[in-house]
Amino acid sequence: MITAERKPFDEILALIEGREKVLVAGCETCVAVCLTGGEKEAEILASELRMKAQADGRELTCEHTAAIRQCEWEYLDMIADKVAEYPVVLSMACGIGIQSMAEKFADTLVLPAVNTNMLGMPQEHAVWLERCGACGDCVLGATGGICPIVRCSKSLLNGPCGGSHGGKCEVTGPNNEEIDCAWQLIYDKLYAQGREDLILAITPPKDWSKSNSGGPRKMVREEAKPV
Amino acid sequence: MTDFTPEIIVFACHYCAYAAADLAGGMRLQYPPTIRIIKLPCTGKLEVIHILKALEAGADGVYAAGCMEGECHYLKGNLWARKRIGYVKTLLTEMGIEPERVEMYNMSSAMGPRFAEVATEFTERIKGLGPNPLRRDGTSPAEAAQAAVAGVTGTPPHDQRAVPAAERSAAATTHTAPAAGDPVAATTHPTDANTVEEGQAQ
Repeated sequence: MITAERKPFDEILALIEGREKVLVAGCETCVAVCLTGGEKEAEILASELRMKAQADGRELTCEHTAAIRQCEWEYLDMIADKVAEYPVVLSMACGIGIQSMAEKFADTLVLPAVNTNMLGMPQEHAVWLERCGACGDCVLGATGGICPIVRCSKSLLNGPCGGSHGGKCEVTGPNNEEIDCAWQLIYDKLYAQGREDLILAITPPKDWSKSNSGGPRKMVREEAKPV
Repeated sequence: MTDFTPEIIVFACHYCAYAAADLAGGMRLQYPPTIRIIKLPCTGKLEVIHILKALEAGADGVYAAGCMEGECHYLKGNLWARKRIGYVKTLLTEMGIEPERVEMYNMSSAMGPRFAEVATEFTERIKGLGPNPLRRDGTSPAEAAQAAVAGVTGTPPHDQRAVPAAERSAAATTHTAPAAGDPVAATTHPTDANTVEEGQAQ
């Protein structure tokens, strides 16, 4: 799913500086599952903003709402009446939802309250790990189901590199935590599958035009379009 | 600042702190008349928004009183509550409000004296901090907290899923707040398994 993290409170305050009516809009799909931007979190942020405004002696009318999915027109229709009451909306959806809101409600200033960060999976409750880079040209079939695009720090297609030591990457995470070498994981998995010869195959340069290097992507299913 | 009477909301577990309060009363123990108790089936039922709503309505302090750690009737509810209290402290800090206004306490049902001691100790702490800067006339923190626990929120998107489109607009404007002081709203029945699961699943 798509995961996101709430922006720092000060950054959100700066975004709505001078505004006296703000609606906090949650999304009940991906960002609700990752406990960042669902209705619960929207209600918490709205409460925080009201309290901060009151403590600072500012006028602020702030409520919350939530769409079942902010990235689909039909679900935005369901919150349109509430949105119409506010000149400014702080969206807690992923970047897709925020842009959908901004496009749907053109007269409303739609601002982001979260940073969308990855396509991740919940490894355990409250822990998410990046698993897909949406590169548009999946190689998982040759890599034992382990994505080298997002799980190798260098996105190498022919690994491992010289920075792999004891199964760990030479790069560390933002909190100095160790990262598993994706290509060690790939080798171990291929070996277990009896397909380790695949690691010797040279993979040519990837066609990144299918990723976001080729400009904004568009997908059309002609057979499914309404007649 | 000691010349004001704080209003403190206590979220008390049915199995321990609430019984401890009962015991404190039975023992004729004295403690300040500053606390308003909201009974929960388990402190695991307590959510971040419940605490914020109480503070937003002007409560000078809020604390949760759950079972001793390792003794929760629902196994881990009090541990969830401790984490949520900690999270509220971070939210208050970023808002510029003293995080000491919220706290987590643990006690057993046999600890009547401890209940009175905690009420006294926390009241003194809040007197030291002074009134909640959000305090204003005409609001009732206890009622706000009770309404929050009862699940009264501003907009109910979930309702829209079950209601046919034609009835949606009517349904969206008809959620009612519980009657003021309605004890049923907040004192959820202790054997309500769904309520407890909700708290523990977070």
